[in-house]
Amino acid sequence: MEKTAKVLKSSIIRFAGDSGDGMQLTGTQFTQTTAELGNDLSTLPDYPAEIRAPAGTLFGVSGFQIQFSSDDIHSPGDEPDILVAMNPAALKVNLKDLKKGGMIIANVDAFNKKNLELAKYDTNPLEDGSLDRYQLFVIPITKTTTTALQTSGLNMKEITRCKNFFALGIMYWMFNRSMDTTIDWIRGKFKKLPKIMEANITALKAGYNFGDTTEIFTTRYEVAPAKLEKGTYRNISGNEATALGMIAASQKSGLPLFLGSYPITPASEILHELSRHKNFGVKTFQAEDEIAGICSAIGASFGGALGLTTTSGPGLALKTEAIGLAVMVELPLVIINVQRGGPSTGLPTKTEQADLLQAMYARNGESPVPVVAASTPADCFTMAYEAARLALKFMTPVICLTDGYLANGSEPWKIPESKGLPEIKVNFVTNPEGFQPYQRDENLSRPWAIPGTPGLEHRIGGLEKENVTGNVCYIPENHQLMVNLRAQKVKNIENDIPLLEVEGPEEGELLVVGWGSTYGAIQAAYENMMTKGYKFSKVHLKYLNPFQKNLGEILKRFKNVLVCEMNLGQLAKLLRMEYLVDVKTLNKVQGLPFKAIEIENKIIEILNTK
Amino acid sequence: MAEEIVQKQNEASPVLTAKDFASDQDVRWCPGCGDYSILAQVQRVMPSLGVPREKVVFVAGIGCSSRFPYYMDTYGFHGIHGRAPIIAAGLKMARPDLSVWVATGDGDLLSIGGNHFIHVTRRNIDLNILLFNNRIYGLTKGQYSPTSEYGKITKSTPMGVIDHPFNPVSLALGSNGTFVARTLDRDAKHMQEMIQRQASHKGTSFLEIYQNCNIFNDGAFDLLTDKETKADNVLVLQQGKPMVFGKENDKGIKLDGFKPVVVSLKDGRYSINDLVVHNDKSRELAFILSELTEYPGYPTPIGVFLDIDRKTYDSEMVNQIDKAKNTMDEGDLDKLLNSGNTWKIN
Ligand code: SF4
Repeated sequence: MEKTAKVLKSSIIRFAGDSGDGMQLTGTQFTQTTAELGNDLSTLPDYPAEIRAPAGTLFGVSGFQIQFSSDDIHSPGDEPDILVAMNPAALKVNLKDLKKGGMIIANVDAFNKKNLELAKYDTNPLEDGSLDRYQLFVIPITKTTTTALQTSGLNMKEITRCKNFFALGIMYWMFNRSMDTTIDWIRGKFKKLPKIMEANITALKAGYNFGDTTEIFTTRYEVAPAKLEKGTYRNISGNEATALGMIAASQKSGLPLFLGSYPITPASEILHELSRHKNFGVKTFQAEDEIAGICSAIGASFGGALGLTTTSGPGLALKTEAIGLAVMVELPLVIINVQRGGPSTGLPTKTEQADLLQAMYARNGESPVPVVAASTPADCFTMAYEAARLALKFMTPVICLTDGYLANGSEPWKIPESKGLPEIKVNFVTNPEGFQPYQRDENLSRPWAIPGTPGLEHRIGGLEKENVTGNVCYIPENHQLMVNLRAQKVKNIENDIPLLEVEGPEEGELLVVGWGSTYGAIQAAYENMMTKGYKFSKVHLKYLNPFQKNLGEILKRFKNVLVCEMNLGQLAKLLRMEYLVDVKTLNKVQGLPFKAIEIENKIIEILNTK
Repeated sequence: MAEEIVQKQNEASPVLTAKDFASDQDVRWCPGCGDYSILAQVQRVMPSLGVPREKVVFVAGIGCSSRFPYYMDTYGFHGIHGRAPIIAAGLKMARPDLSVWVATGDGDLLSIGGNHFIHVTRRNIDLNILLFNNRIYGLTKGQYSPTSEYGKITKSTPMGVIDHPFNPVSLALGSNGTFVARTLDRDAKHMQEMIQRQASHKGTSFLEIYQNCNIFNDGAFDLLTDKETKADNVLVLQQGKPMVFGKENDKGIKLDGFKPVVVSLKDGRYSINDLVVHNDKSRELAFILSELTEYPGYPTPIGVFLDIDRKTYDSEMVNQIDKAKNTMDEGDLDKLLNSGNTWKIN
């Protein structure tokens, strides 16, 4: 039948199902295809901590949201336009977010008595009229997949597992996207299982054809490619970008990369990714625990490698003492902390920004550590690289904060050319003439003399050092001097980083301040409100310690300062303390990123109270 | 220690002496401490290893023993409590060309650092571990350690220790160690021989040194070190030799199935031919011997319990990297950044 075509500027789809339904995979495939088509996009995977939570339950629901657009976009979007619900639990959990009048594509075959009970539905929502406000498409996804795969030679269980590709096929049809990328991927992935490979491809095509032939759908949508900057792009997740940033830093500095790491959600993919690139001389070491992860990296740094450890909040807590050691021995070290919901085990698969104060202060003694934070998935490349640059230049451990949302989320990344990356110069000392382990240069960095260099044999350690010589020293005045020197060294970094730029007027009624992954939501809110004629400015912090030099002065130019963060106000505390400004706060600690609308509402509230 | 480090001392390179390995720092152990002897023997052995000074690194944790690196004129790293083995492991993985040593104590290695010890050992990372076992916490002034005997009265156990001690040799063997040995602080020659042996072993080499802490646990090993009692209480393990001990070489160890028994060679019932012959390639024998100290009336073995070859983690790591470089590309950064599915916007 004839279908009408409708052009949309952007669209938000959420795929939701059981954690065993392959929703993350479905979402990732849709993302890849969409990226290659040239849309700008942003994704938000959201899945339970249990690998295979009991089927059909509310807590076992796994979701993947993508916003894609012909415009520049910054966040996965507030409210999905389309919800693909593979079972009743997925519908129940996600319906509250769906846009009014939004589309539901429901796998009716999963809406049986047992699943309805598990999802705590008294009546079948597909039949009781409760979804009247939405465009409901009831599709027998399981049955149609089964019919299509009758001759596949697979058993019933294997056949049912192909149903996510059927659903993906429908979405490809609906948004007029090619199936080629996914077909290629399936071919590669299931090379050794030809029957499964064929079945998945068949299911995908069956879904596509279903969309084409069924009378249920009358409209197809077009989202044209975005007018992105010229260049070569790829879609990249935060964890991948972090890994590549570290390899780039290793290549540019000429130092072999050594990663000591213990598996932890949501940071493990960095370990996986780096372990695949041994041809770059990358050494990855899966340690016996978090402490071993960082201590092995410190040992490697002592030997002249670019030492790296990756973790999430609970792991950072365990590494505390060793970070202090790195501060004392003044060796370069990068610590990537992919923040997750806390405290304790908290919400392992959910995002949060509540490790900022931990990164800043959680050590014994006066123990200054530079802290930087990535603002988008692709920015993880830039900030991991920057962390390495600072660590090597200032001979210090540097903490780079990302979070679960950045780590698993993805966006198109304009691939940089290696020769355009900032320079990283490393000079090992080799001349014994006048060598002193704690002689400092103009940045207050000490020399790096690595074992194997004749004539520079020396000892370092966690005991207080005598200024210049580095000998163990308990003299009171020397301790004070060394504490001051270490603090000043970190402070000096402010002269080595770019000034902060204000978006919007340089002064005025309101400055919105964000840091790390809140960038997307704040930027989306900002752009929305600018088109509506609101007036305010914003800054986004990627350097948390030290702050950029002009931050204090910028803050003072605004009548109101609003800090939006996914914690109870940790950056706000720092700003109040450092600059004595009375900042207002918008805090969200739900394991989920901000929605742009939440930020917009707060801004309106402030602008309206005069 | 890896062979590639050992450079034959030719005429061009100056011959080093023990003194060349002594740093300019004042040694601050209590007078009479067993640590002095260990330092002296290590400094004495070092020149004979043929490793240039700059290629030697001593890593330590926290405790009396862990001040060791400050006294060696080599590269040194004084880490944090318990972490010496893993700091050293990271260094060795990054720099397989170095000769890496760990100086540690019973509290440092077996209590707070127990996890690193067993994992480094099972991985067979090419490190030389010197365990200064004095069965007490010295630096924190006299609490019991994981090797203190059951019932021992210490500052933190006024009514006696109620936990059961580790047997470090058994623990090393149980962790799949490839070189496990024991020596005594007062037996300079034997210690030197053991240090030599461990230095020539590729993989984690573990040497337990019974060390007297004359301040907090004086005399802990007197039975084994006093002239009068030593011969009757120490069994010196020698490869290929029957296990004879005693002042008049009149006692020996015989195996009854898996059970070792002490027999007399005097009463005519047993001859030297009935005794176990030491074989440091046998894990089974090493386990049996390691347990001798658990039973009263048995001599304490010193010497090499086990010395077997197994691939080291650090060399395997290098092999994988070489293999990756051969099978993939040499590591082209722009190619890596542009990998995966890319698209162009013009
Ligand atoms: S306390 Fe004991 S182990 Fe420590 S230095 Fe003194 S004698 Fe040696």
